[in-house]
Amino acid sequence: MYRLISGRSCTSCNTEPAGGRSGVAIDLLAHKYREDFPILNQNVNGFPLVYLDNAASTQHPGCVIDEIARYYREDHANVHRGIHALSSRATKLYEDARIRAALFLGAASSESIVFTRGTTEGINLVASSWGSAHLGPGDIVLITEMEHHANLIPWQMITRRTGASLQYIPIHGDEGTVDWSLLDRRLKESPVRLLAFTHISNSLGCINPVRELCAVARQHGVVTLVDAAQSAGHAPINVQELGCDFLVFSGHKCCGPTGIGVLFGNPELLADLEPYQFGGEMISRVTFESAEWKPGPHRFEAGTPHVAGAIGLATALDYLEKIGRPAIQASDHHLGRLAYEKLSTLPGIRILGPKTERAGLISFQLGSIHAHDLVAYADQFGVAMRGGHHCNQPLMRKLGLQATARASFYFYNTESEIDRLVDVLRKAIRYFGD
Amino acid sequence: MEIDELYQTIILDHSKRPRNFGELAPPAFKGEGYNPSCGDEIVVFVSESPIGTIEQIRFTGQACAICMASTSLMTTQVKGKTIAQALGLKRIFIDFLTKEAAPAIGLGNLQAFGGVKKFPQRLKCATLGWHALEGALKSCAQ
Repeated sequence: MYRLISGRSCTSCNTEPAGGRSGVAIDLLAHKYREDFPILNQNVNGFPLVYLDNAASTQHPGCVIDEIARYYREDHANVHRGIHALSSRATKLYEDARIRAALFLGAASSESIVFTRGTTEGINLVASSWGSAHLGPGDIVLITEMEHHANLIPWQMITRRTGASLQYIPIHGDEGTVDWSLLDRRLKESPVRLLAFTHISNSLGCINPVRELCAVARQHGVVTLVDAAQSAGHAPINVQELGCDFLVFSGHKCCGPTGIGVLFGNPELLADLEPYQFGGEMISRVTFESAEWKPGPHRFEAGTPHVAGAIGLATALDYLEKIGRPAIQASDHHLGRLAYEKLSTLPGIRILGPKTERAGLISFQLGSIHAHDLVAYADQFGVAMRGGHHCNQPLMRKLGLQATARASFYFYNTESEIDRLVDVLRKAIRYFGD
Repeated sequence: MEIDELYQTIILDHSKRPRNFGELAPPAFKGEGYNPSCGDEIVVFVSESPIGTIEQIRFTGQACAICMASTSLMTTQVKGKTIAQALGLKRIFIDFLTKEAAPAIGLGNLQAFGGVKKFPQRLKCATLGWHALEGALKSCAQ
């Protein structure tokens, strides 16, 4: 199934390998790659932009922006339909993007890669197609209390529709600790059919042991879905090593465009699934009475797909691969640790998530300052953060919080940007303090 | 700085020390406002006098400084007004925040929220308490 294509050379990006598996020298990646991101080079409200909202959406290197523009200038047409030159070029680029996504995830075949609108659509697809075929009264879908709404509401809806029930693995305290040792017994003693969990929590910043959890699930014949929205662009991922059945992520959280994402599905499970949407592109034969579906991933891609998005995403994935995800991961952990250390010294701060082993994001409440006030204030000094419930309302409620501010990092962020963050938080304490 | 236009002294004061904060027991009327983007919630309680004016008004909730201050200042402004006058003031206030050169007649201290015009993403914060008030007044009028 694999054909490695010769990707167009990346003119605007420096893509020599950098960093290593062990430790990252200070700002090594930012020093080398920050200039690839034109958007970061601007002033906001008179201050150099400090972009710390990467868990919501990352920025784009010039090579991704250029490739999307190039595609529209030179190759665009509808895919899988036309006989003409542009259509066959667009089709080849689109299908090559599928192969590049498969390589990025370590999937054995590009047949297991479905292009979606993003993480949310990927989970909805599995909940709808797999759930309606495999769930019934008495069955259990098990998720954690730290799930994003996207990995919670689809399961609420499909369990309600099928008569199954939705149960939660509890988290404990502000650190969001989970006692995973209880999982084995829970799967043994109750009719859990599917286990869905996030790889990296978008509000706690904790990293869940995907491989171990999938192994336990597999022993009990439980299907697994991994929400890799926060991890795909941040950590090495190999679906065969992880042993998951489904894994989903969004392009725009790993240097790719919005409106495109990937669903990896275990080919045996995908082969049995009914389509999620119906229309053009996904059929093999249609009569006035009935229709038959195409095999493979195309069955799940009704309508004209986001071709430019898929090509842009593949370019982004190649870019990340050249930097090296182990190096990106090390940089994330370094910035996350540094931010935790520095923010811990602020008076009245309450930080969510683990003290150690954290990803490159930090979510916190600063004294009695409301997150929206804090984020609006920081923005006046050019520091972009997220404030709100981070699509984790039940988790926030459990922790007795309404909203937190969140700073999230990527490999283009620097240590001095964390200093700018700490600085603006100190100013905010004086400004809003009693 | 622009931020000082948003967080004027009177706004910071009312956000830290909200006036008329608390509940009113039934038969007072209650209206709720909820902002799904941040989870902020405001509940406004009003009681009506025999002559149809707002006799008492109180509010509870957890919200950002703009929302707390806007609701607090609102309670000080609408007390003693008729339902129609209070709803009229709401309209003038929202027009003032959203329309170019809208008159600020009768707004008094509420003009302090003029800075919100430069921060349109905070419009919901500045008006949440007013929507809750409208809810309370509507049940009052029924």
